Amino acid sequence: MIQKLCLSALAILFASSAGAEWELNMPRGVTELSAETYNLHMQVFYWCCAIAVVVFGAMIYSLVKHRKAAGAKPANFSHSMTAEMIWTIIPIIILMIMAVPSAETLIKLEDGRKPDLTVVVTGYQWKWHYEYLGEDVAYYSSLARTSVDARRKNSGIDPNTVENYLLDVDNPLVVPVGAKVRVLITSNDVIHAWWVPDLAIKKDAVPGFMNETWFRAELTGVYRGQCAELCGKDHGYMPVVVEVVEPTAFQNWLDSSRPEN
Amino acid sequence: MSSAEISTHHDAAHGEHHGPAKGIRRWLFATNHKDIGTMYLVFSLLMFFTGGFMALIIRTELFSPGLQFVHPEFFNQMTTMHALIMVFGAVMPAFVGLANWMIPMMIGAPDMALPRMNNWSFWILPVAFGILLSTLWMPGGAPASGWTMYPPLVLQTGDAFPFLIFSVHLMGFSSIMGAINIIVTIINMRAPNMTLLAMPMFVWTWLITAYLLIAVMPVLAGAVTMLLTDQFFGTSFFLAAGGGDPVMFQHIFWFFGHPEVYIMILPAFGVVSEIIPTFSRKPLFGHDSMVYAASSIAFLSFIVWAHHMFTVGMPLTGQLFFMFATLLIAVPTGVKVFNWVATMWQGAMTFETPMLFSLGFVFLFTIGGFSGLMLAVVPADIQYHDSYFVVAHFHYVLVPGSIFGIMAATYYWLPKWAGHMYNEKLGRIHFWMSAIFVNVTFFPMHFLGLAGMPRRIPDYSTQFADFNSIASVGAIGFGLSQLLFVYIVFRCVRGDGATATAEVWDNPRGLEWTVPSPAPYHTFEEPPEVTDGKAFS
Repeated sequence: MIQKLCLSALAILFASSAGAEWELNMPRGVTELSAETYNLHMQVFYWCCAIAVVVFGAMIYSLVKHRKAAGAKPANFSHSMTAEMIWTIIPIIILMIMAVPSAETLIKLEDGRKPDLTVVVTGYQWKWHYEYLGEDVAYYSSLARTSVDARRKNSGIDPNTVENYLLDVDNPLVVPVGAKVRVLITSNDVIHAWWVPDLAIKKDAVPGFMNETWFRAELTGVYRGQCAELCGKDHGYMPVVVEVVEPTAFQNWLDSSRPEN
Repeated sequence: MSSAEISTHHDAAHGEHHGPAKGIRRWLFATNHKDIGTMYLVFSLLMFFTGGFMALIIRTELFSPGLQFVHPEFFNQMTTMHALIMVFGAVMPAFVGLANWMIPMMIGAPDMALPRMNNWSFWILPVAFGILLSTLWMPGGAPASGWTMYPPLVLQTGDAFPFLIFSVHLMGFSSIMGAINIIVTIINMRAPNMTLLAMPMFVWTWLITAYLLIAVMPVLAGAVTMLLTDQFFGTSFFLAAGGGDPVMFQHIFWFFGHPEVYIMILPAFGVVSEIIPTFSRKPLFGHDSMVYAASSIAFLSFIVWAHHMFTVGMPLTGQLFFMFATLLIAVPTGVKVFNWVATMWQGAMTFETPMLFSLGFVFLFTIGGFSGLMLAVVPADIQYHDSYFVVAHFHYVLVPGSIFGIMAATYYWLPKWAGHMYNEKLGRIHFWMSAIFVNVTFFPMHFLGLAGMPRRIPDYSTQFADFNSIASVGAIGFGLSQLLFVYIVFRCVRGDGATATAEVWDNPRGLEWTVPSPAPYHTFEEPPEVTDGKAFS
């Protein structure tokens, strides 16, 4: 029963990987590294499934065949050097197979050199502040008004009627498609974390320290995420919205956002 | 003249030696390992329901999007208190209770080595949790910074702050004293001829756990003391403005925190390693390699702490090291699972409640192990980190892991403690309800996390609604199922079941089955003859 339940649940997850549905599985995302991350995730997941088939298979076989009710007589063996060597060495090999591509992707993730654009993200209780380094553009990004109204306790507004409930902001971060965007992250008060699943980025905003990460979005669109580190009462209400636009549109937006305009 | 007096005096002393004191004194001044074990277990059960009630408040609020029942501040207090109570109040004391009851009986000792310290280490706990729970009524409410107490957020706690620190200190005292007692007992009071490697697995895993406790509880105490001085005495250990580093707290906390997760699971490994051989009617496969595997896990647990912190901004080499070390833990953990399966292999299994809980443990703990393996892969972890995927992972290893281990142990040894059998039919119903609901509760959380739902949020985007509703239904079902557990234990202790034999089960191994059921108030006042130590391992 229990194994059936788990297996069917695993099967759902497995089936979903084909369609890469947002609701069930990690998004493939819109950067080269988010796709690599997704592939790593699926690779390790398939290894886990394979190991599960072997281990749970042996266990279920034993549960069926080696029951007292089925007339089984207990054997009396209590160790086998060969078996123990096998199930020590094979997992080590599997782990090495997992570790190599993970390390490769990780090394790429950490290589933030030669950015096209640098944005400084500062966490506040409970909103984000974005500053385009050297561009004289800076602004706060807070939860959108529609969500603010609906989120109050017993507000009487059905969240289902609010577009992008809790995942919308007044001023999103705007970046050009195809550009390498370096994100410098810090905080003004407590620790926050800036997370956009589609960009496969999550980095802590630590007061007094500057963290660095980067992404290069390959598709235009609006990508939504949330603060991922508990930061107080409104932790659930500081979404991250990144709008990826064409370079010309970005330049126009940047020009119109400068204070002199 | 004096001989009669002496003899009377002797009789009185003798009588006192053999029966418990009357009334409240029996419990308040308890030095008997069985009494203290019982108190630990009852306390743990109370805390299990307290923490469980808080979990149900959380799940009720999360049943549907929008805020219906609690304010975000209170929601955060509930997540924080739920974790602190379950970790320090439910799981750890339950295992210490089992250790108190069973370790002396399993190694042929008359009692724990340090009975008065044993009393002290128990009675600190109700005080510690009384203080912790009282913070719910303080201005500013209970701690709401998560059980991990990360600064600077934790420094925003209201009046509860110093009480939080003090109660954590008290829990640490209690754990350290309990651990010292267990180590001294195991090292010094084994029956003659019982070598270390001949010890039962439960004793072994507890010995390793006790060393972990002694190693890391002072680290936690140090970390929270630094929080205290940062808050009240002008230090800046964790405050960047004064030259400190908030991330240093996380390093120190997780240097405690990672061994802590093994503190909560190793004794469950021990329990399962006792139960599976009994109901497979076959000796434990690879006893010695199980010991080495548990020791390796304990050692590795000290060098993987930063895998809880892959997003804090660590150097690349640090991330690589912690990824490789974390992956390595899968090897000894795998050995344990394979050995349990090999123990069942070609056995003659029956499926009484303790065995069902142990099998549930092996299945579901392994699923938690799989998600643990996935979490070790740093690029993927960056996506999983602080999402519901992590919530699913650690609840799989803690609920059907540690808690099922505790349940299995309770059903396994309850007839020995109470002298009566529990109701087997109800026990099986309890198992199936727990096993089904635990999956209904926690499996959907994997999907939520992968789809992008962060943990510790009181409200969520509508796309997460369906799985949250399912999880909430499961949680309520799981909570209600545990009432059945209380009923079963209550009925058994009251003496409603059949009288238990000394062996209780079909030819189990271990010294605890050589004493009558219920176990007399004092057992092994004379050390038992252990001719073949291996017979009990």
